[in-house]
Amino acid sequence: MSTEHHDHDHATTFQPDEEDSLGFYAIAEMAVRELLCERGLMEAGELHQALEWYDRIGPGQGAAVVARAWTDTRFKEKLVNRPMEAMDEYGIAMGQVQLYVVENTAQLHNVVVCTLCSCYPRALLGIPPDWYKSRNYRARVVAEPRAVLAEFGTVIPDTKEVRVHDSTADLRYLVLPERPAGTQDWEVAALAGLVTRDTMIGVTVPSP
Amino acid sequence: MAQFSIGDAVRVRDDYPPGHIRTPFYIRGKTGVIADAVGEFLNPESAAHGGDGLPKQPLYRVRFRQVDAWPSYTGPAGDTLDVEIYEHWLLRAEDAQ
Repeated sequence: MSTEHHDHDHATTFQPDEEDSLGFYAIAEMAVRELLCERGLMEAGELHQALEWYDRIGPGQGAAVVARAWTDTRFKEKLVNRPMEAMDEYGIAMGQVQLYVVENTAQLHNVVVCTLCSCYPRALLGIPPDWYKSRNYRARVVAEPRAVLAEFGTVIPDTKEVRVHDSTADLRYLVLPERPAGTQDWEVAALAGLVTRDTMIGVTVPSP
Repeated sequence: MAQFSIGDAVRVRDDYPPGHIRTPFYIRGKTGVIADAVGEFLNPESAAHGGDGLPKQPLYRVRFRQVDAWPSYTGPAGDTLDVEIYEHWLLRAEDAQ
């Protein structure tokens, strides 16, 4: 094959498809999924419907809850102290897991990880980002959180406590960020626009 | 019935049994304080292997000082780490070796 037609050599720039290098778990997932379909326990479309359901949630559900807490003292008190009641009131089904809300304050910054796998409050935030599931994030944020936060552009002063939450069992964590200064007059919808996925994991803080 | 209360000093068992264990390796043998008792849940060491997960285990959020969890921790001494740990992985700190 000619490699003269433009200025790079395909022999050295060729990028194999991921399918050429499937790992154990990717193959296991395909095998189990195909078996479930063959046995009539699941239809292929059901999996995609489930994925689309998570995609539709996105982090917007969590952002709406946070903005409501910022503007409704009674709801915030319930969200922090009785989060499952707050979810019932808001109409969000958590499924088999329990929500646990950790509140950022002037003295405390919270950040969430699942060092064992990828536990995440999906009903509020949708599908976790790839970096949340990476070995790098999981291994490092639990041991050197301030260095990892700095890589996200989040520098926490030494006078403020950093608390890491390792989501190892039955709870799913939502960080309730601090409401930014200067937003006293903002409407709920505009406030929700400040609340990103990463602020609710605790790797960043909202800014107007 | 939960054996520990908020504020109790506890030590994580320093054991390494095979199977589906939710107690991370890095925290085994470390000492912390019960930050919250969050109810009883199926024991994953049985439930993950097709068992019934019974009896349910009380689950706690245990708070560790980062400088205790990681001897090489370079951040402020006030930084903390909360880990969910089932009761059968916890010992009273004064009873633990």
